Amino acid sequence: MIELAYLTAGVLFIIGLKGLTSPVTARRGNRIAAIGMLVAAATAVIDLVDLDVGAKWGIVIGGVVVGGAIGAVLALRVQMTDMPQLVAAFNGFGGGASALVAATAIIASASTMATETSVTTALSLVIGTITLTGSFIAFGKLQGIITGRPVGMPGGRATNATIAAATVLSAGAAIATGNDVLYWVSGGLAAVLGFTAVMPIGGADMPVVISLLNSLSGIAAAMAGFVIGNQALIVGGALVGAAGLILTIEMSVAMNRSIANVLFSGFGGGPVDTEIGTKPVKRATADDAAIALAYAQRVGIVPGYGLAVAQAQHAVRDLAKALEARDIEVYYAIHPVAGRMPGHMNVLLAEADISYELLLDLDHANPKMAQTDVILVVGANDVINPSAKTDPTSPIYGMPILDVDLAKTTIVVKRSLAPGFAGIDNPLFYEEGTLMYFADAKQALEETLAAVERL
Amino acid sequence: MSDAFISGVVVFVLAAFVGFEVIRRVPATLHTPLMSGANAISGITIVGAIIAAAVGSGWVAGVLGFLAVVFAMINVVGGFLVTDRMLEMFKKLPGRPR
Repeated sequence: MIELAYLTAGVLFIIGLKGLTSPVTARRGNRIAAIGMLVAAATAVIDLVDLDVGAKWGIVIGGVVVGGAIGAVLALRVQMTDMPQLVAAFNGFGGGASALVAATAIIASASTMATETSVTTALSLVIGTITLTGSFIAFGKLQGIITGRPVGMPGGRATNATIAAATVLSAGAAIATGNDVLYWVSGGLAAVLGFTAVMPIGGADMPVVISLLNSLSGIAAAMAGFVIGNQALIVGGALVGAAGLILTIEMSVAMNRSIANVLFSGFGGGPVDTEIGTKPVKRATADDAAIALAYAQRVGIVPGYGLAVAQAQHAVRDLAKALEARDIEVYYAIHPVAGRMPGHMNVLLAEADISYELLLDLDHANPKMAQTDVILVVGANDVINPSAKTDPTSPIYGMPILDVDLAKTTIVVKRSLAPGFAGIDNPLFYEEGTLMYFADAKQALEETLAAVERL
Repeated sequence: MSDAFISGVVVFVLAAFVGFEVIRRVPATLHTPLMSGANAISGITIVGAIIAAAVGSGWVAGVLGFLAVVFAMINVVGGFLVTDRMLEMFKKLPGRPR
């Protein structure tokens, strides 16, 4: 019976994830998955009561209350712009919990475990701990506590490779001998590895890092499932491992870089192109932007991380509403790696009541560009850089971009000519049809809206 | 290797394939809720945490078990709640039938 209840939880997770394949059914899907979680937790409690092992309920209830309260407060108070760091933190807690489950198994029975149990215990401990420290470094970078620029470690890749090898060796020795001290050594090394592996990765590569940590938190949970012989953990963990891996691959493809390149190259840490700012650009004021937008028939808006930083999602909605009131078609073109996590822009625009039906991905937006009168770029840079198509020597060459240069006019709202994350110049800014509007995203959008209303 | 371990491996592989097939179809617009929702599911380790906290002997095991439950609960409650908050905001265009 207990096994069947856990299986039910696993099935509810799958049905729940299936719901997430459409915005119409997604909310229900999430709730179905939550019910699966409730079933699994209740089953664990019933099983413990049934076994009558003198369970320490005080500890369990205390943990449930404390953890539940912290989770609820974080979830209900977070700003949508801060979602990437919250998800990073949650990944870390999940990985940490799985590592702790492995740790209690080590304390209880390190020397008497069957080999396969020691292997999964070591994997749960090591992967969970890497997820914990790696996620909190990612959190720090996204929150701005740690610099978003890549921070090289002394010795670079060789240091990471050495720590990784030492982690594997100590874990192997722990499995072979059943010595609990060796387990703690491997866990400690894993904690250091999470730190040294994520520090050299820059802010704009965080969509890949968060996705990968997400995947690892799932794999750690699945390994913990092997440790305690529980199929609900194995199913749930495997599902999350798969979800995170798919997103990791999709994000890497969207940057035309291998996962290894994102993780190990220290991308974005190179010298900044020195010619930036030496060539003339066409500057635009709010009135110039307003005239171009108000007399267009079709306008595309390209949001980027700058929109999130400026909290400009509501300002962009207000401007779009004013344009729609003038019978102008407005759509949003969203690059897969715009922002700091997969789907970051979509959530921000949804928060501003913009329908998901107006949010077009790369494959749907690009065919519309040539028939678009004005593209309004808000806080994006590398994802619209034509060098990705034209300059084989560019570090971003081959990356799929939004073809905004095909539109008749492009207005770029940007604080300055400072380069994007890749540290390279953007030839789009100097093109004939490009207007540069130097201002904070929110301020620019509000001033443009005021100018449109004056027309 | 024990039968339980083998059947666990079978379940793991099958679940990973099912996960791949289902999640591949999630549209880009839902990638953030997918991630936070999947994240909440990885909190399934709460089951292991509850068992560890309940049966651990000695104060070290007690502390680790307690922390495991706290961490997993943050993950579960926070993950599902924030996903629900996000998905509530995803709206169709007004006036268009489904």
